[in-house]
Amino acid sequence: MNTNPSKLIKGATGDWEVVIGMEVHAQIISKAKLFSGASAEFGGEPNSHVSLVDAAMPGMLPVINAECVAQAVRSGLGLKARINLRSHFDRKNYFYPDLPQGYQISQYKNPIVGEGIVLVDVSPTERIEVGIERLHIEQDAGKSLHDQSATDSFVDLNRAGVGLMEIVSKPDMRSSEEAKAYVAKLRTILRYLGTCDGNMEQGSLRADVNVSVRRPGGPLGTRCEIKNVNSIRFIGQAIEAEARRQIAILEDGGSIEQETRLFDPNRGETRSMRSKEEAHDYRYFPDPDLLPLELDQAYVDELAAALPELPDAKKARFIAQYGLPAYDAGVLVADKETADYFEAAIAHESKSRDPKAVANWIMGDVAAYANSVGLSIPQTHLEPAQIAGIVDLIAEGTISGKIAKDLLLILIEEEKAGDPRVIVEARGMKQVTDLGAIEAAVDAIIAANPDKVAQARAKPSMLGWFVGQVMKGTGGKANPQAVNELLKAKLGI
Amino acid sequence: MAVDHATVRRIAHLARIKLEDAEVPHLASELNAILAFIEELAAVDIEGVEPMTSVTPMRMKERPDVVTMGNIADEIVANAPATEDHYFVVPKVVE
Amino acid sequence: MTDLTELSLAAAREALAKRQVSAVELAKAHIAAMEAARVLNCFISETPDQALAAAADCDARIARGDARPLEGIPLGIKDLYCTKGVRTTAASHILENFVPTYESTVTANLWRDGAVMLGKLNLDEFAMGSSNETSYFGPVISPWRRPGSNVKIVPGGSSGGSAAAVAARLCYGATGTDTGGSIRQPAAFTGTVGIKPTYGRCSRWGIVAFASSLDQAGPIARNVRDAAILLRSMAGHDAKDTTSVDLPVPDYAAAVGTSIQGKVIGIPKEYRLDGMPAEIDRLWSEGVSWLKAAGAKIVEISLPHTRYALPAYYIVAPAEASSNLARYDGVRYGLRVPGKDVVELYEKTRAAGFGREVRRRIMIGTYVLSAGYYDAYYVRAQKIRTLIKRDFETVFAEGVDAILAPATPSAAFGLGEKGSADPVEMYLNDVFTVTVNMAGLPGIAVPAGTSAEGLPLALQLIGRAFEEETLFALASVIEESAPKIALPPKWWDR
Ligand SMILES: [Mg+2]
Ligand SMILES: [Zn+2]
Repeated sequence: MNTNPSKLIKGATGDWEVVIGMEVHAQIISKAKLFSGASAEFGGEPNSHVSLVDAAMPGMLPVINAECVAQAVRSGLGLKARINLRSHFDRKNYFYPDLPQGYQISQYKNPIVGEGIVLVDVSPTERIEVGIERLHIEQDAGKSLHDQSATDSFVDLNRAGVGLMEIVSKPDMRSSEEAKAYVAKLRTILRYLGTCDGNMEQGSLRADVNVSVRRPGGPLGTRCEIKNVNSIRFIGQAIEAEARRQIAILEDGGSIEQETRLFDPNRGETRSMRSKEEAHDYRYFPDPDLLPLELDQAYVDELAAALPELPDAKKARFIAQYGLPAYDAGVLVADKETADYFEAAIAHESKSRDPKAVANWIMGDVAAYANSVGLSIPQTHLEPAQIAGIVDLIAEGTISGKIAKDLLLILIEEEKAGDPRVIVEARGMKQVTDLGAIEAAVDAIIAANPDKVAQARAKPSMLGWFVGQVMKGTGGKANPQAVNELLKAKLGI
Repeated sequence: MAVDHATVRRIAHLARIKLEDAEVPHLASELNAILAFIEELAAVDIEGVEPMTSVTPMRMKERPDVVTMGNIADEIVANAPATEDHYFVVPKVVE
Repeated sequence: MTDLTELSLAAAREALAKRQVSAVELAKAHIAAMEAARVLNCFISETPDQALAAAADCDARIARGDARPLEGIPLGIKDLYCTKGVRTTAASHILENFVPTYESTVTANLWRDGAVMLGKLNLDEFAMGSSNETSYFGPVISPWRRPGSNVKIVPGGSSGGSAAAVAARLCYGATGTDTGGSIRQPAAFTGTVGIKPTYGRCSRWGIVAFASSLDQAGPIARNVRDAAILLRSMAGHDAKDTTSVDLPVPDYAAAVGTSIQGKVIGIPKEYRLDGMPAEIDRLWSEGVSWLKAAGAKIVEISLPHTRYALPAYYIVAPAEASSNLARYDGVRYGLRVPGKDVVELYEKTRAAGFGREVRRRIMIGTYVLSAGYYDAYYVRAQKIRTLIKRDFETVFAEGVDAILAPATPSAAFGLGEKGSADPVEMYLNDVFTVTVNMAGLPGIAVPAGTSAEGLPLALQLIGRAFEEETLFALASVIEESAPKIALPPKWWDR
């Protein structure tokens, strides 16, 4: 990989390059857990989504959930990765109160998915490739609550045994921006596939971030792993803080100790997690309760054929099919629902309308409004058909762009406001295009302001004042173009 | 590969079994006896041999994605030494 | 009818069918025998009330003409099988007060077929042992004694309670589990019949795990036919155990007494150990001649990796056990010894909860899996396991139907006589049985004679995977041909 000078961090003793790799844990969307028939649903009363298997009762055995396997294969295909037709499960042995078996069933030696690639748009003009090392299936642990009592921790196993995909990237990222864009893209892909809901607040997607620094082009430095970072913003902050910490140590003549760290968003720094370091010997071995996981190529092919259109393909299609600029297409496909929303607006009543106009509304006023109220675009009251209606009404000349903004506000704030055409009619928002009516209004203004008429003849920029008066006189509904032309003719400018 | 006392303590800690100091020498000699017994395996030619993954050559069956169990928190904590509101209770864990 | 407990399972079943006896009478007779034999320490938990209630139901069914295959047959259950609402201890302090809310698949199969549980049988702690001396609830005493001696004899292990209870006529049959010989060795020591079926034949669901890739459930019974009847009920596919096999269960009893004409029996030369007692060698030769007389063809075979099976076993089994027993941590069930933090709680709980042998094996297992040793020990052992299995596959491919070998290197020994100084001395008990577990094959131990000291001796037959029927046919020939071994006299019964 070439060093990109714009990504370097200036230190006291020269430039540093930060090298980032990531292990993302993505919770598999399934009804039941990976190896038991308990519900995988988030939440619930303590220990209510727990089977005898999840609680590791004596004599209990794991049986794998077919859907979790399919979801991992779909994800692998979405990451353009090699699907391993034979993989197996290992036990990772360690003691922790929220790990009932005393081991996590994971895939250590032979994961279900091998190397793949993710294309990441870091900015409108910069695209990088991030290599995927592997994707494997494993069990989630339970939850320990430490803040309920001064002396005790409370253990809830509702999450214990839920299926996870651990997606391990290569150390291909060189800045916090790249890392953030990578996670965002990964999340988009998994959401498109329907294999992970990507909800970082609920912990459905969380990242372990490996950070090291080196002199540009030099050998790799010692890395530290920042565990369980649970928002994209924090990923960026954690990397910045950790890179600064490491550079400071190195510039002080110190050396980096390989360790596990935790990001504290309140203090904006990372701290060592000694508890996890102790006895770092997981004694992996193949789980003797499970046979190797064998897949047929035909099965993989079937899943591949049923895969939805993924963001990269959709973006390319939006550019080709709708003539959108790459930037617009990229913004629209970042969220599958928004992309679908856009296409629904385009396709409404199979009339032809300008895709760029539709995109502008969605990415502009609609996005701004949705953002201000904390909703996604599809969650607002505004329906794709109504956007289509607005665009059509403008194109026909029925309403002006200015009126359209008022109309949008009605549609987006009122639930089931209805057909924009009906609203425009009912609320008298239609643009006045009847030249006779406009001419009458123009004449009235000219007649009432002889002094201004004289001024305007000398100074044509006075035209704006006349336009404003006419628009006022017509309640803003006169076609601005017609007003302009009539005024110019009558004033002789 | 003889096991020394430090190794015995390390292994006991990994296995989360408390060892009294007095037990260490005896346990070390027992473990060494067992290790000596298994030492002869080093003589076997295993070149090109696959480690056994399952004794019965069959394909792993998968389960349909159906919720079949849950809402048995009473049962789950029935045998627990300490519980509160259906949580298992342990001495406070500091991260 | 004199003493109902002297009947075989098959005979009791017939007497029930002919209404010569009721299930409640059978249950009462066995409850009395069980209570009178407490000095043998066969049972960890007795469930007489449950047995009588179940027997009453059985009688109702029999009256309706609705009897099931094991209707009203009193059985003992090794206390490694989880039984719903009945304490299940694995003979360990750590599970001393554990009451499962679920029933193991194998016991559920037995109750489905009408059997009646008398109680939970003693065993080596977590099935780790060959003499039943590692139980937290004290050793099981064999009903056998050397004639004219009061020395307490071990019943073998780990299914020692099962074997002793069957030999002492406390139940018609019992469940056992066999990880390295834990059904066949105690059967051999007590003059009973024990079969370890092919790995995958019986579900492991609900049986406390020792070593997952080796554990297999099986019956111990008074004779070959009874063992066949029990296995048919115990076996079968279970969707809850991924390693259980989806094959129909044959009528094993139908194979008992069928002709063995033309069967090819392999005699493995590697099983002829240096220093093997002459009486074991002689027993083996007699077995050869009995099978030959019944029409079998005898061939010498070689299983070259035999001698590595036991050492490899002492890597694989402890490794799996060290992981399987990690769940006993004092958090969700079982013993808890408080500690200042959770690590101390774990360490104290597990030190107090596990006995010496279990701790030793967890330590060995942890060691062989630990960083730097995994390849040298565990991976190597699993490769050797492949070679052991290949040895068997080779001779079976050459036309051998079954293999005849001794079941144990000696007769039963006295309590405390072995393994106190060197654990390996005890491990050598399983030298003839452990290969079978390593290869996942079926093996049956059948009584074939007595030692010079007057204790039972047995031969072992090893078969092809899922061909238990062949073993039952061959074992019944040995049973018919061998001199009858009298049941041990009831010295414990006052
Ligand atoms: Mg990781
Ligand atoms: Zn992971």
